[in-house]
Amino acid sequence: MKRILVAIKRVVDYNVRIRVKPDGSGVITDGVKMSINPFDEIALEEALRLKEKGIVEEVLAVSIGTADCQQQLRTALAMGADRAILVQTDAVIEPLDAARIFRALCERETPLLAILGKQAIDDDCSQTGQMLAALWGRPQATFASKVEINGDVARVTREVDAGLETIEVDLPAVITTDLRLNEPRYVKLPDIMKAKKKPLDTLDPGALGVTPVERLKPVKFEPPPVRAKGVMVKDTQELIDALRRKGLA
Amino acid sequence: MHFSLTEEQRLIVDTTREFVANELYPHEAEVEATGRLRPELRDEIKRKAIDAGLYAANMPAEVGGAGLDTLTWILYERELGRANYALHWTCVGRPSNILMACKGDQRERYLLPAVRGERSECLAMTEPGAGSDLRGMKTRARQEGDDFVINGSKHFISHADEADFVVLFAATGEETSARGNRALITAFLIDRGTPGFQVLEGYKSVSHRGYSNCILQFDDCRIPKSQVLGEVGRGFEVANQWLGATRLQVAATCLGRAERALDLATRWAAERQQFGQQIGKFQGVSFKLADMATELKAAELLTLEAAWKVDQGTVTDSDMAMAKLKATEMLAFVADEAIQIHGGMGLMSDLPLERIWRDARVERIWEGTSEIQRHIISRALLRPLGA
Repeated sequence: MKRILVAIKRVVDYNVRIRVKPDGSGVITDGVKMSINPFDEIALEEALRLKEKGIVEEVLAVSIGTADCQQQLRTALAMGADRAILVQTDAVIEPLDAARIFRALCERETPLLAILGKQAIDDDCSQTGQMLAALWGRPQATFASKVEINGDVARVTREVDAGLETIEVDLPAVITTDLRLNEPRYVKLPDIMKAKKKPLDTLDPGALGVTPVERLKPVKFEPPPVRAKGVMVKDTQELIDALRRKGLA
Repeated sequence: MHFSLTEEQRLIVDTTREFVANELYPHEAEVEATGRLRPELRDEIKRKAIDAGLYAANMPAEVGGAGLDTLTWILYERELGRANYALHWTCVGRPSNILMACKGDQRERYLLPAVRGERSECLAMTEPGAGSDLRGMKTRARQEGDDFVINGSKHFISHADEADFVVLFAATGEETSARGNRALITAFLIDRGTPGFQVLEGYKSVSHRGYSNCILQFDDCRIPKSQVLGEVGRGFEVANQWLGATRLQVAATCLGRAERALDLATRWAAERQQFGQQIGKFQGVSFKLADMATELKAAELLTLEAAWKVDQGTVTDSDMAMAKLKATEMLAFVADEAIQIHGGMGLMSDLPLERIWRDARVERIWEGTSEIQRHIISRALLRPLGA
């Protein structure tokens, strides 16, 4: 069966004002609204559209993390994914271990495409997709803003610093999504009721031959400095002088 | 009883809230400013609501609705209630449950098209001389052979100008009861355009701009008896069977708007600086927020509990009356305090507060006034004691 594997990360909702724990050991997530990483939602939407075009028959949503990640996988199933796998662990998962887990699943599930968000809005690493492509030994097309599948080839328009770049990659491949690729659909109410009946399997990372290791040690989390109050100037001349003193004019 | 939402309920709340914020909020200013919902805009949003499965989600799955239980339906109403009434009520229609009383070909002509969003209904009970006292209605349907001939008028009929047909309640006879003679009521399905039936422009209301109320005029309007909804003389029974929970619907929409008002007030209290500090640091402001949040929670618990009891089959009339009473009075309080916290800015139409405050007024009147709800609650207390 032709399928697409989509990565789903549980993150603090983008609307939430982030608060840092008083001891600086992380951000507060207790009682905070959690959602699917927005770039992963775009990845899922793209996979669903490719399924609707008849290019694949199945969309598989995969998340790695605590049991709570089931909530985001249920949302993915309600959006239209056919089945879901949670690789359940309480350990900290760094991009390399996430990529190793996805590689093991790609080998097991043999998807035509693995689509991931270009980065997660919590740590902004932007590494997992690239590492997965390298480990899996398949091509990558990152920061996609347009995806077309023709037979065994994906034609992907990428958002790069200089503008747009279009490349072709052989399938299977890894694609990471940029913001403008698509606009995710609303979850349909009747589909929410049906999502409960779709399969959601749970696996241990060990079952995929991965033992998560913490290679990075976060030293300290702190909120960005509060924006300083503005300064009032009398006239343009004073403004220009002030800018000059700061080396800005 | 436990108080956590199921996974499905959480998703339904999230997706409804997202739809309201993305598709309804952006058009509120236009509807409020012009007092009108443009038909093109209505159709565009309605199409999106149908695509998202939000339209008619209150209806059972076997007729094409989402098949929500009452508690989940009420959570969905709470989210819709955050927005301008004309927008959410007209574009994300919830056909009246009373249409479930349709039998035979009435289902194909009225019930199913209403669920699909192809036809919409309005409900006509209130008359100039019959508000809370519905049994006093003067609109009469006289049986002539296989037909009924209807005469009389109705007013305050919400969105009748938008509706393709009306569920009309009219007197078809009298019965003798312990408290004297009472009208026997029958419910009818009447299509727009039936000769002798006219929809006239209603009154300008302070609440719910863009959402109209109309006057219905019946002059020798003749309809076949196949248009009776339910049974002749059993109109109140039909209404009681299907419309009981609409009071919870009113309560739920009030919760949504109160939540929005509290949210705005809280943010303002944290941002606005006066006398060198955030106004939320002044106890005069912060205690208002505490009282608003507490009242909101109390109303929410009453409403959700009553909805849950509907699903358990244990709800009482008093439970629903308490929820409606508390939620509507709470909204009036919360909207007023939210404006007080904002000061002058709260009265400006740049913020949604002034309309939440205006819209709150009708909620204590329609679907049974606060006084009728208190009557229901107090009768349930005193009747067993013979008082």
